[in-house]
Amino acid sequence: MTPYNKKLSVSTSPFLKAEDTTPEIMMTVVYTLVPVVLVALYYFGLGALLVILTAVFSCLFTEWLFNKPGQRYATLKDGSALITGLLLALTLPPGFPLWMVFIGGFVAIALGKVMWGGLGQNIFNPALLGRAFLQAAFPTAITTWSPPDGRYFSLRGTNGALPFFQGTNVDAVTSATPLARMKFDHLPTDSLDLLLGATGGSLGETCALLLLLAGVFLLLKKIIDWRIPLAILLTVVVFSGIVHLVNPEIYPSPVFMVLSGGLLLGAVYMATDLVTSPITPKGTWIFGIGIGVLVVLIRLWGGLPEGVMYAILLMNAATPLLNKFTRIRTYGYTN
Amino acid sequence: MATSTYNGKTFTFKHGVHPEEFKDLSSHCAIQRMPFVEEYILPLGQHIGAPSTPLVTKGQKVARGQKIASPAGFVSVALHAPVDGEVSGIGLFANPSGQMVPGIKIRTDPYSTQKMAAVPVDLESLDNKGFINAVQEAGIVGLGGAAFPSHVKLAIPEDKKCDYIMLNGCECEPFLTADHRVMVEHPEEIIDGILILNKFIKARKAFIGIEVNKPDAIAALQKLAATSRFPVEVIQLAVKYPQGAEKMMITAILGKEVPHGKLPLDLGVLVANVGTVKAIADYFRLGQPLIERIVTVTGTAVKNPANILVPLGTPMKDVIAWSGGVTGDAARILLGGPMMGAVQKTLDTPVVKGTSGILILGNDLVKDITEYNCIRCGRCVEACPLYLNPSMMGLLAKKGRWEEMLDYHVLDCFECASCSYVCPSGIPLVQSFRVAKGILREKAAKEKTAGQS
Repeated sequence: MTPYNKKLSVSTSPFLKAEDTTPEIMMTVVYTLVPVVLVALYYFGLGALLVILTAVFSCLFTEWLFNKPGQRYATLKDGSALITGLLLALTLPPGFPLWMVFIGGFVAIALGKVMWGGLGQNIFNPALLGRAFLQAAFPTAITTWSPPDGRYFSLRGTNGALPFFQGTNVDAVTSATPLARMKFDHLPTDSLDLLLGATGGSLGETCALLLLLAGVFLLLKKIIDWRIPLAILLTVVVFSGIVHLVNPEIYPSPVFMVLSGGLLLGAVYMATDLVTSPITPKGTWIFGIGIGVLVVLIRLWGGLPEGVMYAILLMNAATPLLNKFTRIRTYGYTN
Repeated sequence: MATSTYNGKTFTFKHGVHPEEFKDLSSHCAIQRMPFVEEYILPLGQHIGAPSTPLVTKGQKVARGQKIASPAGFVSVALHAPVDGEVSGIGLFANPSGQMVPGIKIRTDPYSTQKMAAVPVDLESLDNKGFINAVQEAGIVGLGGAAFPSHVKLAIPEDKKCDYIMLNGCECEPFLTADHRVMVEHPEEIIDGILILNKFIKARKAFIGIEVNKPDAIAALQKLAATSRFPVEVIQLAVKYPQGAEKMMITAILGKEVPHGKLPLDLGVLVANVGTVKAIADYFRLGQPLIERIVTVTGTAVKNPANILVPLGTPMKDVIAWSGGVTGDAARILLGGPMMGAVQKTLDTPVVKGTSGILILGNDLVKDITEYNCIRCGRCVEACPLYLNPSMMGLLAKKGRWEEMLDYHVLDCFECASCSYVCPSGIPLVQSFRVAKGILREKAAKEKTAGQS
């Protein structure tokens, strides 16, 4: 065959392409979440599964609903709505009413992403925006924690609550999270329990060890920026360490601060959200340090036991400014 | 050079990308001389600058190596006949950039022996000006791909000093192996070329930068450099794209950046491609002007990858056919490498002075790229060798906010395409910067003329 009578492909260079694609990056994040989900199922049973399925369905449905008919499949395929659904579910208590979960997913995608113009355009992390909405709308339900009780197949009555009813809280066993115990009663929790996850809390924030491993994997794969989790964790350790040294009676140890609550989930999966974190190296440092400072401030002196969500959302708001003011010095320029 | 700080170490610049190399296809193929074909097409503008002025008329007999067009100004070079033959036409011909440009067509004399009546140039009789003039008359341009007239670089202003002659043997574009073969097969000419250059430039030292994926080239040149009477040092550079970009090589070797708006000469550096220096040696030692060059014919859809010494003006289709042709899988034909090369829509275009390779890609490398929204992953920022922010410039380009792109130094972009290569969302970043640069330059030119009237 000669090339003379052949149709040639004509476009402009480059003609080589790195293999990673956006859907592949998103799906890698999803795969790292699978163990976290499995641990949530192990500790919280069927209720956790229902919360996760509802959140994922709600996010995918909303994404589908608000996109133009021609683009619906393409935007679902990029995998970002799936991540939002999973992450939202992991920030919720296991006994959370499913209708509220659905609303959370709807808000996360509709107000957190689609409204801004879709993937890549939003300022706030969609999952956290959805959770912030739920926290404001249903403050009681979102702070009702059932303990990890190993009852895999029994349902929590609250899961099935109808809209605007509290539901039949048949077992009514609740437990405070380690952070709430610390904040309101100054009771510490064993570090090993925190590491393995045998404590009350949201679905994804109990097993610190798994989150650390997932974080390391994502760092090695270069999917998340190492500066962000490092800046957050270092800031929290240093800041809360100083405070702890000043008064160990009242203020918890840095180890407790890092392992409890949503800090690791936030540092690994939420703050590193590519879209809503700064793109410049200097900006990411400031972003991470800001989150760390805000987390400690809210946890120790704010009205809430946990502050990761608000800390990240506040720094999300600062991201466009950070991008603007932390320009990278161009080659050959002096500043 | 026992005291050198460079010994044994590998140097590089920050950022950059690692595309698959594909050099194995042709890096072992010795240079073969292409036989003469029936007809040659020589565009008058094969270099950056003013196209040459033709000196011949239709029907005129020309000899191989005879000057057929003279430089039209300082930034312009002469053009020579690649064969004994007859001018069969002067008119418009398609060039590799896809334009119809003025050129000279030569029909080969089938009975000629094609022996060139060339005489070496007497270096001793030349002063600086004469040397620069000779390089211009030899038609020599940068053979790395840019085709910038070499004598312009060699004409060093009186207030500047060249400390280092830096030879570029990086050949960082995937697939291409022309420079590699020149270094392996003609190291003597390269070292000799340095000596010729230095007779007039009077630098302190010469460097030859070579990526470490060419160990045979490094060894060959190192051996000669060790006994050279002028200090020549071979520097091992990391295999990374775009290591062969002038600025990137200077930064890798000297650890300094070329300041914005300045030339390498402001750092006391003169950069030349290894092939160019060999061409200079050929002219002064053998009297042969630039009438042929080494072209790598390669790709995933070429039957016999090869490095071929091709007379300038040979139609691409003849070069491809002589190398053995293409497989049925051929889907895209380029001149140059895959990162910065120009796609061809016809094979009638000739090999010109800037043609370093003919690349024929199969369907395996021609894929439809789905474009997703920018997820600000920052991979382009980590790739850009000039530390630009392609992500931000891409978003601005999409909205047509060209002026704001100036703020992000879009005009500094030299279009290495690393950003588009890494983008997981398949966004045509460098492609949109080319458009932006065109629009901004046009606008600036318009404003200038408006201001003058």
